[in-house]
Amino acid sequence: MTGLIDIPMIWAFIIAFAVFVYVVMDGFDLGLGMLFPLFPHKRDRDVMMNSVAPVWDGNETWLVLGGGGLFAAFPLAYAVLMPALYTPMIAMLIGLVFRGVAFEFRWRSQRERNRWDVAFAGGSLLAALAQGIALGAILQGVHVEGRAYAGGWWDWLTPFSVLTGIALVIGYALLGATWLVMKTTGDLREKAYHLSWWLLFAMLAAIGTVSLATPFLDVEYARRWFTWPNILFTAPVPIAVAAVTALLLRSLALRQDYRPFFLALALFALSYAGLGISMYPYIVPRSITIWQGAAPHNSQVFMLVGVAVLVPIILAYTAWAYWVFRGKVDPESGYH
Amino acid sequence: MFDGFDAVVLARAQFAFTMSFHIVFPAFSIGLASYLAVLEALWLWSGREVFINLFNYWLKIFAIAFGMGVVSGVVMSYQFGTNWAAFSDKTGPVIGPLMAYEVLTAFFLEAGFLGVMLFGLKRVGPKLHFLATLMVAIGTLVSAFWILSANSWMQTPTGHTVNAAGQFITADWWKVIFNPSFPYRLVHMVLAAYLTTALVVGAVGAFHLLRDSKREGPRVMFSMAMWMAAIVAPIQIFAGDQHGLNTLEHQPVKVMAMEGHYQSHPDGAPLILFGLPDQTDATVKYAIQIPKLSSLILKHSLDAPLAGLDTVPRQDWPPVPITFWSFRIMVGLGFLMMGLGLFSLWLRWRGRLYDSRPLHYFAMAMGPAGFIAVLAGWITTETGRQPFTVYGLLRTADSVSPLAAPAVASSLIAFVIVYFLLFSAGIVYILRLMAEPPHHGEEGPRGDAPTRAAGITPASGTTAARGQGAA
Ligand code: HDD
Ligand code: HEM
Ligand code: HEM
Repeated sequence: MTGLIDIPMIWAFIIAFAVFVYVVMDGFDLGLGMLFPLFPHKRDRDVMMNSVAPVWDGNETWLVLGGGGLFAAFPLAYAVLMPALYTPMIAMLIGLVFRGVAFEFRWRSQRERNRWDVAFAGGSLLAALAQGIALGAILQGVHVEGRAYAGGWWDWLTPFSVLTGIALVIGYALLGATWLVMKTTGDLREKAYHLSWWLLFAMLAAIGTVSLATPFLDVEYARRWFTWPNILFTAPVPIAVAAVTALLLRSLALRQDYRPFFLALALFALSYAGLGISMYPYIVPRSITIWQGAAPHNSQVFMLVGVAVLVPIILAYTAWAYWVFRGKVDPESGYH
Repeated sequence: MFDGFDAVVLARAQFAFTMSFHIVFPAFSIGLASYLAVLEALWLWSGREVFINLFNYWLKIFAIAFGMGVVSGVVMSYQFGTNWAAFSDKTGPVIGPLMAYEVLTAFFLEAGFLGVMLFGLKRVGPKLHFLATLMVAIGTLVSAFWILSANSWMQTPTGHTVNAAGQFITADWWKVIFNPSFPYRLVHMVLAAYLTTALVVGAVGAFHLLRDSKREGPRVMFSMAMWMAAIVAPIQIFAGDQHGLNTLEHQPVKVMAMEGHYQSHPDGAPLILFGLPDQTDATVKYAIQIPKLSSLILKHSLDAPLAGLDTVPRQDWPPVPITFWSFRIMVGLGFLMMGLGLFSLWLRWRGRLYDSRPLHYFAMAMGPAGFIAVLAGWITTETGRQPFTVYGLLRTADSVSPLAAPAVASSLIAFVIVYFLLFSAGIVYILRLMAEPPHHGEEGPRGDAPTRAAGITPASGTTAARGQGAA
């Protein structure tokens, strides 16, 4: 808070960025996992898994940066939110454990392959649902007294958090389906195209419902979105959603393999911006602001140096890894 | 149902359980990553096929162990907040940045290059692939650097002050990172990881030599592993001794617990070899001891006085029996490892390294010893600093989250079930891979996976993706 530069604000952006990168990168992994039951053939499943095997660990690391960054830059917020979200967090971690081990175990045993396929799909679903529920629980606000969480261990469970949970599951599934459109060929791609249509409509319904429900959570959210002059800034968000949707529908109709995935990401980015508009300036909605939750100045500055130097390097070698495994996955090489 | 336990005990049990599972995998993957880098370097340099076969053989095992390390590690990083919220709020400004640096400098490096290391040899060619292997190996070491710095700060806190809200804040980052016990802990832990790996590799080599002592792969790996054991085990014992002297300086109470010294000894303390520490009576029952040796080891003088736990308030005592026994297990195994190393040196000199059955049985029996010693070491370290999380400054009881016991109990049960189920499956898969000897033309982790470029040219690949993405 000292000086011209608002370091806590920068950190809020960095955390938001890490979480966003996580959501879009692990989102398609988890989505693809959830779609597993719809693709019963071993051959399809091999291709699906191989399309993310080289990159999933890197994708998940952004979650560690989001959590670790929160711990370091906003310890108070981390200390309040984690107990408040206890059950969804544990569920998410367990889901990620199942999903993560399946990547290796599935190839090590013919006989037990089905079991690990179930672990992969179930773990992905559990993790996605828990993340969505956690998001809803954060938006609806948590009960804080002093420097600690003071609510019960079921506070997170409300109709609204269940709604956000389902919404995120649908959104991830859409990312997964469009990823498959981009990375596969033949019947697998056809099926993914087909699924993408349905998932897009479901996603729009979910965005609509969550957007309508949020203002009812708190008058502050309603005021933020619908009063003059705020509306000048908030109105473009729904308009952009409509425009991206139109482009996405068109690219699906024209069968432009690469476009739907990136447009689905754009849809996520817009929803995420909407979230940011609702949350600001709180890090724990309506109880702890970005500045109240911030770690002391020198901790934040110490890390900021690292982030400024290292994140660009990380992005560069991550991009290289994606480049190495670029293009469509070849189903034929899955056999000897 | 859990009336007998409070949330603190349950949270401790959960931390100890998940941490003990986690550390087993890093201990192996730190060592194995370096071993893989060495194997690949030898292959590039000598061109001998045996090295690439061994590389691919161990790479498959590495992939499984690393995967289990990653998923159990992600659990750890969130557990600070879920179970130790008060601790997180207070220490976040100091150890949070260290862990953030771990993510930025180590985890991304490991994860970013892992895919190429596992599946990319045919795509990027040997030189770039070697770079990827090297980056993964360096990543695991950097990771150990930061996490051990954070842990060591909790053991021997320096370079900090406390603010109005009761949070620790950093006065001097250098002093926080290079706190007094950190160099010792880092050296001791990295050597432990190398030893652990060497013993596993040695055991697998011995297993296959027992069946056929002429096979080239098992011969090469057994010989490499025995060199490591012979050289590193004595260094580790020396490093452990130095570590203990450092602990005596900064955490004397922990050393009292390790030695079982309930009483002070004004003129030379005995070394208690074995016995049953009794926390309520404050004595070590049935003690077998060597007079004055403890003073000689710790103070380099037979008659040097050593204070005991009777000088410390009872509420600050660590649980002596656990610390006492885990320490003996670690030290005992350390000497056995050195024994194995010396035995192998002697047989090597006699030219019987590859066909001495006693040596091979000994090496096989020592296969799991590294893991046990690592766990025993951590239990010594962590229980020996109880009842504090930040030594002398923050009590464990004041560190926990405001959670009801049933919440913690149910998550603990969930972790126990899930970990046993999944990780035992993983260990079985690893053992199955080890049961086969490395052979000619060994395949990488996914022999049946699309590691070939499959006729895709850059032009139809990502260039198109980029163009479309920007649109
Ligand atoms: C001395 C070594 C050591 C110690 C004491 C710890 N770790 Fe660890 N950890 C590693 C060495 C390591 C590693 C070698 O770097 C791993 C093992 C496998 C891997 O992928 O990286 C790892 C993985 C790993 C991951 C997954 C990284 C990824 O996504 O790639 C996380 C989040 C953590 N750890 C977190 C922790 C926490 C919170 C610890 C303490 C409470 C901890 N580790 C103790
Ligand atoms: C890597 C191997 C490790 C193992 C096997 C291990 C094991 C343990 C055990 C057994 C306890 C419980 C002690 C008791 O309650 O009597 C404990 C406590 C604790 N450890 Fe570790 N530990 C390890 C590393 C770390 C690291 C790297 C950190 C932090 C950076 C850490 C932080 C803690 C904390 C906060 C506690 C307090 C909670 C408690 O008392 O249970 N530990 N650990
Ligand atoms: C035989 C000689 C050994 C001695 C004298 C020795 C000494 C010590 C001491 C004094 C500690 C506790 C330090 C503290 O908490 O302040 C420790 C911890 C530890 N030891 Fe050993 N050790 C020996 C062998 C080994 C071996 C063979 C291994 C594993 C292969 C090992 C692995 C560990 C680990 C992982 C820790 C916990 C981390 C740490 O504090 O460094 N030790 N050792």
